[in-house]
Amino acid sequence: MTTNQQTKPEKTDAVPGAPLLEVDDLHVEFRTRDGVAKAINGVSYSVSAGETLAVLGESGSGKSVTAQTIMGILDMPPGVITGGEIRFHGRDMLKMDKDERRKIRGKKIAMIFQDALSALNPVYSVGFQLAEMYRVHEGMSRKDAKARAIELMDLVKIPAAKERVNDYPHQFSGGMRQRIMIAMAMALDPELIIADEPTTALDVTVQAQVMDLLAELQRERHMGLILITHDLGVVADVADKIAVMYAGRIVEHAPVDKLYSSPAHPYTEGLLASIPRLDLKGQDLYAIKGLPPNLMRIPSGCAFNPRCPYAQDICRADVPPLIEVAPARHSACHFAQQVLDKNGGS
Amino acid sequence: MPEHDRQREQLPTSSDEQPHFGSIETPSIFLADAEGTTVEKSGAYAAPDGSGPQDKPRGAWAEAWRELSRSPRFYISGVILLLLLTMAFFPGWFTDQDPRFCPIADSNMEASSAHWFGTNQQGCDIYSRTIYGARASIIVGIATTAIIVLLGGVVGAISGYFGGWIDSVLARVTDVFFGIPLLLAALVFMSAFEERSVWTVVAALGAFGWMQIARIMRGSVITVKSADYVVAAKALGAGTRRILLRHVLPNAIAPVIVVATISLGTFIATEATLSFLGIGLPASEISWGADISSATTVIRDQPSQLFYPSLFLSVTVLSFILLGDAVRDALDPKLR
Amino acid sequence: MGRYVVRRLLQMIPVFLGTTFLIYFMVYQLGGDPISAMFGDKAADPVFVRQMREEYHLNDPLIVQYWYYLTGLLTGDFGTSFSGIPVADELKRAFPISIRLALIAFAIEIVVGVGAGLLAGLRRGKFADSVVLVTTLIVISIPVFVLGYVVQYWLGLKWQLFPATATPGDPTWEDLILPGIVLGSLSLAFVARLTRTSIAENMRADFVRTATAKGLPRRRVVTVHLLRNSLIPVVTFLGADLGALMAGAIVTEGIFNVDGVGRLIYLAVTKHENATVVGAVAALVIVYLVMNLIVDLLYAVLDPRIRYA
Repeated sequence: MTTNQQTKPEKTDAVPGAPLLEVDDLHVEFRTRDGVAKAINGVSYSVSAGETLAVLGESGSGKSVTAQTIMGILDMPPGVITGGEIRFHGRDMLKMDKDERRKIRGKKIAMIFQDALSALNPVYSVGFQLAEMYRVHEGMSRKDAKARAIELMDLVKIPAAKERVNDYPHQFSGGMRQRIMIAMAMALDPELIIADEPTTALDVTVQAQVMDLLAELQRERHMGLILITHDLGVVADVADKIAVMYAGRIVEHAPVDKLYSSPAHPYTEGLLASIPRLDLKGQDLYAIKGLPPNLMRIPSGCAFNPRCPYAQDICRADVPPLIEVAPARHSACHFAQQVLDKNGGS
Repeated sequence: MPEHDRQREQLPTSSDEQPHFGSIETPSIFLADAEGTTVEKSGAYAAPDGSGPQDKPRGAWAEAWRELSRSPRFYISGVILLLLLTMAFFPGWFTDQDPRFCPIADSNMEASSAHWFGTNQQGCDIYSRTIYGARASIIVGIATTAIIVLLGGVVGAISGYFGGWIDSVLARVTDVFFGIPLLLAALVFMSAFEERSVWTVVAALGAFGWMQIARIMRGSVITVKSADYVVAAKALGAGTRRILLRHVLPNAIAPVIVVATISLGTFIATEATLSFLGIGLPASEISWGADISSATTVIRDQPSQLFYPSLFLSVTVLSFILLGDAVRDALDPKLR
Repeated sequence: MGRYVVRRLLQMIPVFLGTTFLIYFMVYQLGGDPISAMFGDKAADPVFVRQMREEYHLNDPLIVQYWYYLTGLLTGDFGTSFSGIPVADELKRAFPISIRLALIAFAIEIVVGVGAGLLAGLRRGKFADSVVLVTTLIVISIPVFVLGYVVQYWLGLKWQLFPATATPGDPTWEDLILPGIVLGSLSLAFVARLTRTSIAENMRADFVRTATAKGLPRRRVVTVHLLRNSLIPVVTFLGADLGALMAGAIVTEGIFNVDGVGRLIYLAVTKHENATVVGAVAALVIVYLVMNLIVDLLYAVLDPRIRYA
């Protein structure tokens, strides 16, 4: 965890007090035939240039919905943004008109999807899909755009880019396809990248390569990165800070090393305890009991209370606010201090 | 072509949104497998809509029923079809007029309290003829559908289960029958018979209407055959018959029901067309198609003669299509 | 690709043989004696009957008769009708008319069908969608002969927008507009529904979301990414349908007096002109098979994931 300081020296001189992107008290719900699912219930986080924020959570925790809302690619309907702001360079994107919004997408904020095979259009060559960025956003000629596409493929270290530029997505391996997704995101040198589980669909051996590539490009270009994942292992090496989400809320927010060494929320504690560790070989692996909540019937009080070993009556009654429990550390738990003390964090 | 067919079964897209009238076969294609690429975890092409009926849990039928029970299309078509069935088997409940009592003096009368829909050129009561006309249509529709489900089901199951040369031969036979459009084939078939009855029509439509069911059945059998649980059942020593009945049929039944329901409407329309062309049901049968045909001569003066049997025919066909649509939506969760 | 085409062509042979034999069997075997049928209720002249039976090989087993017929076909001889006209001549006259009619129907189908389907698919669940769904359902439900008379009566006779019947022998393009509408209507409804489903399904596809996330204008997302992918199943339907349109014109050509293949077949069937029936159907089968092959090849052009070996 100490490697963070070494691998990202620029971090410290990121412009202070001027975050690139701020999500402020965002609320999103899905109105379906079967009822209203409250997917996001007051999420706030921010990312600065050169900074990596990892958003951690199970499926259904709202981490991807937040990302889609930032990107403006949420399916509406059934999705409805019921409150909050998303400020990019201080301006609320939710209040921008469609065209202004569109010009940010891809150019200023780019996104990398989980499954590159379905995220790339199967009937166009990768070259076409890469060149499209330049042709649409910069009005480049077909030939120039193609040349840039090849450069991009070189950038993400795809061997024989020149020969493969006219190949179709299905002709690439999973790792190579994800590199193409990354290349597409990098095309216009965006300020912020949102990577939604970028390595989940890949083989373990390839995962590290793709993650390294992404981290390297981010470092070189001093971009902000929101890394959405459910994999604690991926996060540790690359992230600066982590937001842990549960049932559409951030339950803990902390610098990455602090969170790992001393979690301040029972949920985070449970997640960390359920990672297999060599030094505990032979012991039963810890598992958080119960199931993630149904978003149409979120438990009253703290959403985590039915699964929480610390739960008391207050947890069933009141929603715990996200409060600062230690410098730069926030937790949304009635017993945050207790948890933190137990883990030696204060 | 068999190679393609075999590959095609892995495509979840094959049968569900095929045009209902079934003269067009599923295009025979096969997707390139991800050759030269590493093995994907992500289920490759099955991903976008990989929810074929085969991977549904047991509760799927209950779920489908729940879905059907709140579909207005299901109720509308259901009520109409019940009414039509009653009409077909108990026409006397709807009218006490004799549809074959045609005093020429009553020819071409306008609608009145005695003749609700008026009379036709021969002086027959159009209302009672329209009511009695339901029987032939319904019988042809149901009987033909029963035949094609049986015939297509057996051919498809044999083809899919045994594979190899049996499959190749049956695939070619299916192609041969697909080569002639239904109406054309039925027309030629019917013309061979001087004496025609309802059953001749059923035979003609059944003989040339089974292919789509066979293809669906074959596809389901192949899919299920290679499914892990069937391989396991085989390894545990389950017999062919047991595998077919316990595992294959329940999985194939959903798409078969959908196609059968929609085909039923098609058969009724085709029967009417044959009768319209004067080569379907014998003149002694009361049939919407034949009545429409004779009404065309007076279309300028009395369009209502054409209107009523046409309306009943169209509503019947529509009801079966609606029912099939509703059933399909209920059985196919991805469309929800 | 070349090898694939050759193999497909070879595979067409058994299907062609099977289909034509099936027709041959129905016409000559199921139908009883064609010569006595010619005379209807009148007594047949035995000398003439013997002569005819000789000439048409009617004393041989069916399979031998079929063999004679087939060898004739290979030299372009479709046989001669009982009325003495070479079937090939009849086909040469009728086919261009049917092709023209099919093309008109086809054009209507593409323009209106794809347009309506696109509109409905993009506005799924909205008013326009409901209108398209209900209209197409009605069109599908109304049998073509009813629709034919309704269209002929209103558009042709009452409002006189287009000719209500075609000029005998050689119909003009204008003559074929009404029959074209009627002939294309059923497929049009299918095309619209197919396009709609395909569009609505692909709208939720990841690659469409990617296209939006790339910051492409909506127009480009729809035309370049959504439409192109959605039209793949539609194009295959359309391809196969062009063949079916020619065969499906029996009723339409009858109503509008168009002297095409459909009417030729219908008249031949009622008059038991067996050679004409078999010849015309055989020609249609060839059209159908060739269209199917073209559709398969088209598929590869449209979807690069498909590979022919």
